Amino acid sequence: MALHRPSTTKRILTVDLPMLAILVFTLGPYVWMFITSISDQSTLFTEGPSLLNATIENYIRLFRTVGFAENLLDSFIVAGGTVIVGLSLSVTAAYAFSRFNFRGKRILMLQFLLINMFPLVLLILPLFVLMRVLGLLDTHIALIIANSTVAIPFSIWMMVSYMNGIPRSLDEAAMTDGCTRMQALRRVVLPLCLPGIIATGIYIFITSWNEYLYALTLGGRNVRTITVAVQTLIGEYEVQWGLLTAGGIVGALPATVLFLLVQKRLISGLTQGAVKG
Amino acid sequence: MTDVSETPKHRASLGRQVLPYAMLTPAVLVTLAIVFLPMLQTAWMSLHDYVLFRPDDFTWVGLDNFKAALGDEVFWISLKHTIIWMCTTIPAQLLLGLVTALLLNQEFPWRPVARALIIIPWALPSVVIALMWVWIYDSNYGIANEFLLRMGLIQQAIPWLADPDTALASIILTLTWQGFPFFAVMILAGLQSIPQSYYEAASIDGASAWRQFWHITLPGISGVMMTAVLLRMIWVANSFDVIFVMTGGGPGYASHTLPLYAFIKARTNLDFGYGSAIAVLFTLLLMVVVVFYLKRTGKAVS
Repeated sequence: MALHRPSTTKRILTVDLPMLAILVFTLGPYVWMFITSISDQSTLFTEGPSLLNATIENYIRLFRTVGFAENLLDSFIVAGGTVIVGLSLSVTAAYAFSRFNFRGKRILMLQFLLINMFPLVLLILPLFVLMRVLGLLDTHIALIIANSTVAIPFSIWMMVSYMNGIPRSLDEAAMTDGCTRMQALRRVVLPLCLPGIIATGIYIFITSWNEYLYALTLGGRNVRTITVAVQTLIGEYEVQWGLLTAGGIVGALPATVLFLLVQKRLISGLTQGAVKG
Repeated sequence: MTDVSETPKHRASLGRQVLPYAMLTPAVLVTLAIVFLPMLQTAWMSLHDYVLFRPDDFTWVGLDNFKAALGDEVFWISLKHTIIWMCTTIPAQLLLGLVTALLLNQEFPWRPVARALIIIPWALPSVVIALMWVWIYDSNYGIANEFLLRMGLIQQAIPWLADPDTALASIILTLTWQGFPFFAVMILAGLQSIPQSYYEAASIDGASAWRQFWHITLPGISGVMMTAVLLRMIWVANSFDVIFVMTGGGPGYASHTLPLYAFIKARTNLDFGYGSAIAVLFTLLLMVVVVFYLKRTGKAVS
């Protein structure tokens, strides 16, 4: 391949153009949604969505009359709470998996992998019954618990892979210098895998932010996350596509921005295991 | 730990034995409480006649719910759709993902931009994905109809999601769009792990681009592709939120899948006993794939 460099024209025809076509397919729907959201409601159906006469009226209505700000806050509390629960429970577990050999390690690790494989529909029914009995329906806590069923095993797996990347000799050196295990974990290992922890946290945030079925089933009038709010919009403002698409853009924005910020590190963490295995 | 009679060395090794379990306890206890107990409860509910609006009625019916499911026409329709859906969506995602990964592995000036943008569908909430595709498929003003009409490929607008013949296919296209970036990213990682020297050696030996692809690239990424397919099968089988928002399983039962059917049974009819039974049956079917995946990963873990 390095022996002869293909000409630029050939490259454009065989690489750039096909890539461009795939990107148009990938981004087209999103761009189309955005253009619709800034089109004037009154001319949307007569002239179709267009960039001329762009307006932010739909967005203003979204926050003034539909009350999207509250939904954003609910989503933020749920997603943030899930990140805290998911990360705090999995740090020590991941360290144990990464640094010790003990009886039952394989089974325990596979058990955490298995959790992510179970169909959501298997969990959603009993969780609804459970929350109803505990009186937790329509609270943030219920949604945080439900999202943690996915977040805990996921972050354990991600963090094991990041911690395995940090040489054992470092914590052993710290312990020779008089640190206890926990101190070595806190002062040496954690700071070193901080970027990995942040990426894991952001991924949990994104999935909890995007989660819909738990939010629909366990939420209600008081706690209505952005995804449920968007879905409700579809029912209530059926043909007002300007408003609907504005809701879609706002709902997708935080996750999209966060994702683009950390995509490189995230993807290397996610794919590492698969390439090795 | 406070026992003074033990030698320090013995104490340390005891600590070493207990410590990992202590560190795992919180995570294990919480997952037991919020994952495994509820799962057992589903199995338990599936053996009972349990309808939520009849509060004090929780009668043991044994396997009656399962018998009813096997005699239920909608169950078989949903199962058929689940299979069709997996057998079309996943190969489509794999193929498109493979092409994308091969392109992203080439040298071109805007490669980093393309690589970042290609994953966007993956980060979007499923509700938003459903919303924008409902808008695209809209029978009166949707761009899909507009585009096909202008190209002269269809004579009149098609109500894609309202027509039982096109509803499932339309959803399959949406899900392909949503999932192919995952394959692209995984396969790209696999491609980059193939040493460049293999290709150099092959081209010195005069191997054509096609032969290089067949004998170096494909074997190099087959492991990743296998893992990705299994992961995605589990994922695609489990997720029904996009369908739920786009069509609610309709028109009629035209886009019902098994997990969706279980969910609708419980949510709309409040029939938690029957819904649980379908969920359990579905899980048992899915376990075949899961066990296969765990066997692969299990080797990598140890």
